[in-house]
Amino acid sequence: MKTTGLQSVVSTFREIKSRAESQWQELCNSGKPVVMVGAATCGRAAGALGVIRAIKDEVKKHKLDCPVVEVGCMGHCYAEPIVIISKPGYPPICYGHVNKVIAERLIREFILGDDPCLEFVLGALEANELVPSLSDFPRARFEKKIILKNCGHIDPEQIEHYLANGGYTALVKALQMPPEVIINEVGRSGLRGRGGAGFPTGQKWEICRNAPGRPKYVICNGDEGDPGAFMDRAILESDPHSVIEGMIIAGYAIGARYGYIYVRAEYPLAVHRVRIALRQARKLNLLGKNILGSDFSFDIRLFQGSGAFVCGEETALIASLEGEPGIPHHRPPYPATDGLYGKPTLINNVKTLAYIRHIIDNGAEWFASTGTEESKGTAVFALAGKIVNTGLVEVPMGTTLRQVIFDVGSGMQNGKRFKAVQIGGPSGGCLPESALDLPIDFDSLTDAGAMMGSGGMIVLDEDDCMVEIARYFLEFTQRESCGQCTFCRLGTKQMLEVLDEITKGQGRIEDIDMLSRLAEDIKAGSLCGLGKTAPNPVLSTLRHFRDEYEAHIKEGRCPALMCRDLIAYYIIPEKCERSCDACVGSCTTEAISANKKRIKVIDQEKCVKCGTCLSACPPQYNAVVRLSPPSEVPASK
Amino acid sequence: MKTVSLTIDGKKIRAREGEKVLWAALDNGIYIPNLCALHDALEPFAACRLCFVEVEGKKQPVTACTEAVEQGMVVNTRGPGALRLARTAFELLVASLPVDCAHCPSSGSCELQKIAAHLSIKLKTKRFRKLLRELPIDYSSPLFIYDPNKCVLCGRCVWICRERLGIGTLGFAHRGFDRLVTTFGSEPISESKCLDCGECVVACPTGALAFKDRQGIKSGLGKGG
Ligand SMILES: Cc1cc2nc3c(=O)[nH]c(=O)nc-3n(C[C@H](O)[C@H](O)[C@H](O)COP(=O)(O)O)c2cc1C
Ligand code: SF4
Ligand code: SF4
Ligand code: FES
Repeated sequence: MKTTGLQSVVSTFREIKSRAESQWQELCNSGKPVVMVGAATCGRAAGALGVIRAIKDEVKKHKLDCPVVEVGCMGHCYAEPIVIISKPGYPPICYGHVNKVIAERLIREFILGDDPCLEFVLGALEANELVPSLSDFPRARFEKKIILKNCGHIDPEQIEHYLANGGYTALVKALQMPPEVIINEVGRSGLRGRGGAGFPTGQKWEICRNAPGRPKYVICNGDEGDPGAFMDRAILESDPHSVIEGMIIAGYAIGARYGYIYVRAEYPLAVHRVRIALRQARKLNLLGKNILGSDFSFDIRLFQGSGAFVCGEETALIASLEGEPGIPHHRPPYPATDGLYGKPTLINNVKTLAYIRHIIDNGAEWFASTGTEESKGTAVFALAGKIVNTGLVEVPMGTTLRQVIFDVGSGMQNGKRFKAVQIGGPSGGCLPESALDLPIDFDSLTDAGAMMGSGGMIVLDEDDCMVEIARYFLEFTQRESCGQCTFCRLGTKQMLEVLDEITKGQGRIEDIDMLSRLAEDIKAGSLCGLGKTAPNPVLSTLRHFRDEYEAHIKEGRCPALMCRDLIAYYIIPEKCERSCDACVGSCTTEAISANKKRIKVIDQEKCVKCGTCLSACPPQYNAVVRLSPPSEVPASK
Repeated sequence: MKTVSLTIDGKKIRAREGEKVLWAALDNGIYIPNLCALHDALEPFAACRLCFVEVEGKKQPVTACTEAVEQGMVVNTRGPGALRLARTAFELLVASLPVDCAHCPSSGSCELQKIAAHLSIKLKTKRFRKLLRELPIDYSSPLFIYDPNKCVLCGRCVWICRERLGIGTLGFAHRGFDRLVTTFGSEPISESKCLDCGECVVACPTGALAFKDRQGIKSGLGKGG
């Protein structure tokens, strides 16, 4: 780029940035208290909008001069709705599980009065004498936030917040670098694609830059169809500019003029915020024709996907962008050489793109200093299942599963025993306790029979049946299969049928071999990644929990007492309290009656195994139990 | 035209540069099972997954309809890995078809019979569950019967009707196990834009599309591969 153009880029940006910084300063250091509310989808689901309304009403009622700002997801989803109050004289304090009543109290007692309501505090955002800070939490020792850093701390609908926090400096820096140098930097950083497969990002950029054909395109893959995964949604909702900045840099590096952000239509808030972000970026000429006065032009369109899981597969995604049915195609050719409208197309995941600005800003070495030999940087997981702290976490690659689950996630709910962790969503697998000390990276997980996938992490305890878990995920992929190729359409259906039979106690012992052979063939023979990974949940549970399969088949027993057809409810006579009849009324099918001694008995013929009696029985008696196989129920006298 | 030389099953052959292994083999009298391949199609459909072959230097079997020939390439169509995949795919197909050759108008010209013989497996599977869909049969066309239960979703009829003839009567609907070939809005063929040319029937490798007049089949121009 010509030097004169570059000088104007730098000076134009300096002006934009300083305006943004003064706005941010006015918000943070004006002497006014500021209230921030986590209003990403997770926060909203927990009632954040009601909390915002309550806060605004209370602020108005007391005629307070106190800005109320909607921010994104901080990752502490278990404690939503979350409110952060910064009041001069106090550290910024984060409150969890806030409802309308607490919200009103916070305004009245803390903003109006001077009582920081310590009983609702989650932690402070900086070290201080008054309240323990979040960074003193055990999890902070293991977390390292790169792409989640802004999330929950800025208003995603205000580009100034992003700019004031270092936003778009990487773009300005990149515009002063030759494209090859940028690609080299990304390559040396060791960044691998976060869409699941972990393909080296720099290499993909280089292939795309060198591919003949014009125009070239950049696509951001925000389809995120895995059940339980919401990392990409959180980033698009909480820090959309970080993804946009990554895309513009990618466009400049590969020589593209247009980009598309593909977001599923089921993510209306992400769609809304991305749209606002694009508009704001365009207004400041960070996007569009002659960006910041340079001779580089790049614009981005938002595309709302239909939401099918398979549309996240890159060739299907491209077909769907072209207005064709979202069905995968044989690769090669790969999109990097032959993508959208047959042109070279760079397709990267939301997270992959969000890392780019940090790599350009801080350098390849900085990025590569975190992580393992083959997987650099951090990994973002959505923790879910039977774990205390559900939510989003970002940890260095190489952190062990044990650290993520027990230190960051604070361990198991209700003191239950850890059984397995399901990683990588429907294409991933289940790992047992013996794998807990595995340092997490792309290759270690694949070797263990799971997959990084998109980063869903579901923690399972002793009450989870591994056959049922495998069946659940297979049911998902089976339903989401596009159905064009034989292995995936019919093979996964066969596997599902067999798993159904096993969970009903109708399996045959030779089914286990059949399942694993068929699974291997589906992996080797399917056309696209969906079929190639669909058997993973079954293969990994067969590998680590074969005994559970055998118990179902040989003994008609579900060790986790989960499979409905293999259990019976039973009231232990010795524990049943004569004067209590809580269960009798709770039963919807009137299957429970009292015998002569006023001990309650379940009529197994009438029982539909809904489990209401188990919850109804008061904890001091705990007389209702599940037994498996059902023949364990003693014959009634 | 540039050509390359390669070896398939020990036989040295020449093929046009860029040609796919499947067509190079078939042109030289070497059969590789296939259902969904169409020589004129712009891109291979690669859906039936029957055409697996082994290529020296490649760890995994590859589909012959997508693999371009290369100078000096050594292909084995009967390697154990390739046969295992082709057999499993074929058994999966058979397990979801109502196999009744004795009463099927296409018996004798059916590609499935040919493939079963080639892979030396029966048209019955013991390994897998029988999964039938029991979809209604469409008798409405004056010329042919469409029985979706016998369809292997190879897509040949769809391609012929849409891409070659530009009519577009038939298309795919639904996903996963429910995927099927049908008309727009699933109306009977007689009420669709079908012109009764019968090209799809000729293209169909199975008994899913069959002429009502049995002679029609005999006079039908060679049924594929
Ligand atoms: C069935 C299936 C679903 C996928 N879904 C997604 C998705 O939701 N998001 C995504 O980024 N990649 C998804 N991928 C991976 C993409 O095909 C592609 O590899 C990825 O977007 C490349 O980006 P990366 O290099 O940054 O990882 C999926 C792949 C398959 C096979
Ligand atoms: S593997 Fe499944 S989703 Fe992929 S092309 Fe085949 S049928 Fe479609
Ligand atoms: S009807 Fe025949 S040609 Fe058409 S997809 Fe089915 S099997 Fe193939
Ligand atoms: S002929 Fe190759 S997959 Fe069908």
